[in-house]
Amino acid sequence: MSEAAVMPWRRRASEKSLAKEGRIWTLWSAGVIVTFSLPAALLIWVEPLAFPVAVIFVGHGIAVLHLQASRGARGVKPIGDPETGPERTALGLLGDLVGHETRELLQETGLALQRGRLGAWLVGQEGAILVRPGGHRVHCFCVRVAEGSDLPQADRVAHLLLALREDEEGFATVANRNFSGARWRLRLELAKRVRPALRQV
Amino acid sequence: MSRLVRLDRTGHTELATWTSEDEATQRAAIEAFRRELDEGMLASATLADGSAEVVRELPLDADLVILRRPIAGG
Repeated sequence: MSEAAVMPWRRRASEKSLAKEGRIWTLWSAGVIVTFSLPAALLIWVEPLAFPVAVIFVGHGIAVLHLQASRGARGVKPIGDPETGPERTALGLLGDLVGHETRELLQETGLALQRGRLGAWLVGQEGAILVRPGGHRVHCFCVRVAEGSDLPQADRVAHLLLALREDEEGFATVANRNFSGARWRLRLELAKRVRPALRQV
Repeated sequence: MSRLVRLDRTGHTELATWTSEDEATQRAAIEAFRRELDEGMLASATLADGSAEVVRELPLDADLVILRRPIAGG
């Protein structure tokens, strides 16, 4: 992929690099839990009456974890109902590209499903979710058409879908990461309309 | 009939169609294809297995070639 080739400073994404990133995210999440829970536990041990303050500490840690997953969920941006002629035209072509099997999912959730070697991808307008084999871990990527503000929503998805089909690892290299973690964490933060997409993969 | 399509603000635009028997339509398609590449578009030919391939010359045997803009990290 030419977009990945012009970023020589980025190490090419692979099965191995994604697994490593996943472990780093898990360590980070564990670090957040320890950072906020340990002082809370110490506080209760020193002064049990400080229990409400300890709860605030722990709540803060939980909020940080939610914020991380929320950032991943917001990045994917599903397509909405087509309201204009170009939107309908773009959606028609995208429907042809995804094929019969996943067209219904696209209509229902606004995300296009693409299965690859690294896992199952759910592609939105400005990002994609990668559900890793086994289905327990997800990676959220922020990626968009470089100059695509004038494009219909479905066309933006079509651009990303084509790029993904051309070179899955290159696509993951170009994209910026904004979350990796357990699938249930992301599901909690996704809009209700989008959640069924995670169940399908 | 094969099609050369550009993703753009109108949804998409069909730039050319060609058949294996008609050399004039092939030449017109190749010309349109090169013009778009010169303007920075990338061409993607859909393969039979559902994957896609970046092409720099118009594959005359492809059913559908789609021109797209480059992507970038968000």
